[in-house]
Amino acid sequence: MSETIQGIEELNLTRKDFVPGNEVRWCPGCGDYSVLANMQKTLPVLGVKKENYAFISGIGCSSRFPYYMDTYGFHSIHGRAPAIASGVKLANPDLAVWVITGDGDGFSIGGNHMIHVLRRNIDLNIVLFNNRIYGLTKGQYSPTSKLGMKTKSSPFGSVDRPFNPSSIALGANATFIARALDVDAKGLQNSIKRAQRHKGASFIEVYQNCVIFNDGEFADLENKATRPDKALFVVHGEPMIFGKERDKGIIMKDNHPKVVTLGGDWSEKDLLVHDETNSIITNLLLEMTFDPLNPTPFGILRAVEEPTYNDMLVSQIKNVTETLGKGTLEDLFYSGDVWEVK
Amino acid sequence: MTKKIIRINEATIRFAGDSGDGMQLTGTRFTEATAIVGNDLKTIPNYPSEIRAPLGTLAGVSAFQLMFGSQQVFTPGDLPDTLVAMNPAALKVHLKDLKKGGTILANANAFTAKNLKMAHWENNPLEDGSLEGYTVYSIEMSKLVGKALEDSDLTSKGIERTKNMFALGVLFWMYNRPIEPTEAWLRKKFGKNPAIAEANITAMKTGFNYGETTEIFTTSYAVDKADLPKGKYRNITGNVAVAYGLVAAAKKAGKELFLGSYPITPASEILHTLSGLRNYGVKTFQAEDEIAGISAAIGAAYAGDLACTTTSGPGMALKTEAIGLAIITELPLVIVNVQRGGPSTGMPTKMEQSDLFQAVLGRNSDAPIPVIAAQDPADCFNCAFEAARIALKYMTPVIVLTDGYLGQGSGPWQIPDPKDLPEIKISHPDSSARGENGFMPYARDENETRPWAIPGTPGLEHRIGGLEKENISGMVSQDPANHQLMTDIRARKVQNLTQEIPALEVCGDSKGELIVIGWGSTHGSIHVAVDRARKAGKSVSHIHLRWISPFPADLKEICDNFDEILIPEVNSGQLSLLLRSELLRPIQQLNKVRGEPFRASEIENKINEILG
Repeated sequence: MSETIQGIEELNLTRKDFVPGNEVRWCPGCGDYSVLANMQKTLPVLGVKKENYAFISGIGCSSRFPYYMDTYGFHSIHGRAPAIASGVKLANPDLAVWVITGDGDGFSIGGNHMIHVLRRNIDLNIVLFNNRIYGLTKGQYSPTSKLGMKTKSSPFGSVDRPFNPSSIALGANATFIARALDVDAKGLQNSIKRAQRHKGASFIEVYQNCVIFNDGEFADLENKATRPDKALFVVHGEPMIFGKERDKGIIMKDNHPKVVTLGGDWSEKDLLVHDETNSIITNLLLEMTFDPLNPTPFGILRAVEEPTYNDMLVSQIKNVTETLGKGTLEDLFYSGDVWEVK
Repeated sequence: MTKKIIRINEATIRFAGDSGDGMQLTGTRFTEATAIVGNDLKTIPNYPSEIRAPLGTLAGVSAFQLMFGSQQVFTPGDLPDTLVAMNPAALKVHLKDLKKGGTILANANAFTAKNLKMAHWENNPLEDGSLEGYTVYSIEMSKLVGKALEDSDLTSKGIERTKNMFALGVLFWMYNRPIEPTEAWLRKKFGKNPAIAEANITAMKTGFNYGETTEIFTTSYAVDKADLPKGKYRNITGNVAVAYGLVAAAKKAGKELFLGSYPITPASEILHTLSGLRNYGVKTFQAEDEIAGISAAIGAAYAGDLACTTTSGPGMALKTEAIGLAIITELPLVIVNVQRGGPSTGMPTKMEQSDLFQAVLGRNSDAPIPVIAAQDPADCFNCAFEAARIALKYMTPVIVLTDGYLGQGSGPWQIPDPKDLPEIKISHPDSSARGENGFMPYARDENETRPWAIPGTPGLEHRIGGLEKENISGMVSQDPANHQLMTDIRARKVQNLTQEIPALEVCGDSKGELIVIGWGSTHGSIHVAVDRARKAGKSVSHIHLRWISPFPADLKEICDNFDEILIPEVNSGQLSLLLRSELLRPIQQLNKVRGEPFRASEIENKINEILG
C-alpha cells in the first residue's frame, strides 16, 4: 500500500477531496449519512492517494454509496460486490478497495460471496450497513430482521430466524471484524482506519438506523442516555468495562459471560480482558449480541495477521516465473509434440 | 512370414472400453503418434458423465474416435473402420456403428459370463459366429500382459491396468505408427514411479510384437503424410486452443490475463490450462460459483486486465445478469461457452449447439453482444484471440461459442508465428483527459467506444454501474431520451463490428440451387457433405458463419444467389429462426439433438433430398 511510501502530510488531502458535486439522495435522517461523512473524513488521513481508492457496491440503499464518493467507484449488481471487488484487487493490488453492502445484499443474495471473500482473506475492506430491513424495495424483512417482526412481506410476523453477520464472518475465518454504530463517529473512524491498515479482508458491521422502515431498531444503543449501559466498547488488552459510571464489567461464570458491578465483590482484575487476536474471545463477544442480559459489543472484535490471497497470488506468479522463466508465446505454442510439414 | 503393408488414404478408429480402462488416454496417445507421422486428423471423445459408472455396464462405456488421412481431414469420421472393444459392453454399444466388414480388436479375457450378462449378450459374440462379416481379432490381452509382466513388482490389478497399452501397441503395429513418443511420454508421466512406466512400455511393446510376430495378423496399413500447408504443427484440443488464444491476445495487447471461472464440464480444461501458466503472468481465480467467476472478471476488466470467464450452458445461465452489467458498463470481457446438451444439467459430456439463442438473446432487456463461434479445435485459438481483440477495441463483452466436441476433440494446429498475430492497440486515458467539468467516462470515439480509464489514474475518478448512465458524463440518469440514446448506441456498437468481419468464403460456386449455411462445429461434416454432393454434380455451396452477432454484411447478398437455403444445426433450429428474420426468406432445416455431431452422410442425404 502506498501508505508506507507516501507521507501523510505529503498527500495533503481533505474531506472535500472526497465529496463529488452530485446531491446525496438518501432519506433525511438515514444512518447512511453518518457513515458517508465519517468515511470522507477518515480517508484523507490514511496515507492512500485519492486515485487509489475504489469503492465497489452491490444493490440497495447503502450501495448507492460509491456515487457519493469522489473516488473510483462501481455500483454493480445485487450481492456480487465482494466478487467484483476481488477481481479489482487481483488485477491491481495497489488499490485500496472498499466494498459497501447491506444486510440483504451482503448476507442474503450475496451471502455466498461474502463468506468466500472473507475465507480467502483478499485484502479488501467491507462495510456492512445492517439496518435489519430491506429499504430500497420498501420494507420487507431481511436475514437479520428479528423473529416475529411485522413487515410488508410478513404482516403476521416473520417466522424467519435471523443470524448475526459478524458471527458468520468469524465462522468464515475472517481476519478482521469490527462493529460500529452509525451515530458513533469515533467508533466508525477507528474501524475505518484499522480496516484500511489491516492486511487481509476486513469486515465492519455498522448498526444503521432505517428511519423509514425500521426506525428505532437500535434505539437503546443510539440514545446517548441509554447507550453506556447497553453497549460495550472493547479495546484490545483492556478489561471489558461499561456503564454510565464505568462501574460494570464482564466476567466468565459457568462458562458464560456475565455482567457484574465493580466495587464490592468485583474489581477490574476479575474482568475479562479483550484480546482481538483470540477467536474464543471474539466468539464470546459475538454470542452476547442477542443476549438481553449482556451489553452489545462494539469495537475491533478481531484482528489477526494471515497471508492474503492477493499476496500469495503475486508471489506465486513471481516464484513460478523465477523457476520456469518468463513464458513467451513461442514457448507456449511449442509446448506439445511438434512436427513440420516441409 | 512377410506381412503385407497396404497403403490407404484414411482410416477411422474407435477405442471403446470401460470408463476405467483408459480409453481417452489410449486414444490421445494414438493421436499424438499419428500427428507426428504427419497425417491430418480429427478426434472426438465420448464418455459418460459419471467418473466411474459401475464396471462392465453399458452406461460405463467410454470411447474415443479419430480419423486420420493423407488428405485434409475435416471430421473425426462417421463410422469407424476399426473398433477396439475392451469388454462386452463396449462391443454392445459401438458395434452398430462399425463399418460393414470392419475390424474388431477385442480383449477376449473380458468376455466372461458375468460381463456378457451385464452387457446383455446372450452368448459370447466372439464365439457364436454373430460377428461373421467382420474381421475379428479376439486376443487374450489380460493374459498376455500378465505373462509379459510376471516378474514385475506390480500387483495383479496394476498389471491388468496395462492392457490398454497392449491394445495401443497392436494398433501402432497395425497402422505403422512409432511407439517411441509414447515411450518417452510414459517415462515422463510416471517419472516418480518408474515401475509403472516400464510396465506400460512393456505392455505396449508386447502388443506391438504380437502384431508383428503372430500369424493372425497378415496385413498392416500405411497412411502417407497429409499434404498440409507448410509449417510447424502440433495437435491441440479446442479448450487448450481457447486458453492459448487468450494468452496470445493478452501478450499482444500488453495486458495481464485474468480468468474468473468455476469448474464445469466440458469447459474445465481451459481453467486447468490457464492455471498452469503463472510464468506467463496469467491470473486464474477459481471462484465460489459461476456468478462470482464472471463478477471477478468484470472487476478485473474495470481495473485494467484482459478479463475472461469460461463456462458451459448452465453456467452461462447463472452469469446472465452479470453479462448485462458488462454490457451497460461497456467493459471489455471475453465469455467462453463450451456448449453441452441441455436444458438444465442435461447431458454434460455430450455436445450440442443449443445455446445460440442464449448467447444472442438471453438477457433481460435489449442487451446486444457480439457472438463468435469456432468451427474446429484449432479455430478455437483464432476465435478466442479475435474475441479479445474486439472486446478491447470496442469496450464490449464478447461471447465465444465452442462446444464439447470442439473443446475436447482435437486436430492439428498450424502454429502461428507470434510476430504475425495482429497487434492489439489499447489506450488508457491519462490525467490530461480531465476537462473543466471533470472526466467524461461515457465520451465516445469514432466507433462510439467509451474511454477505459483505469483506477489509480489521478484525476479520472469516476463511477460506473448497472444504473443507466447519461451519455458522455456518465452521471446516473433516468431520462427517457437518454435511455433511448444509450440503447441505440449499445446496438450500434455491435452492428459496427461488421466492418471487422472479413468477406464470407463461399465454398463452391457463388451461384446455384442450394446454399448450406453452418456455424460452429458442424463445419467439417458440412464441408465433406457438400464436397461429395458437388462431386456428384449437385449445385450446392457452403458458407460457414464465424460471427453470428452481428451477421456479416455480405450474408444477404450471397444468399440472394441461391434458390434454397439449408441450415444443419445440432439444435432444434436456432440459427434458422434468427436468419429467417434477417433474410426474410424460407429456410430448410436439418436438426438433431442426440448429443453427437452430424455425420457427413446425414447432411449429404438432406442435400440430395432437397435437390432431388
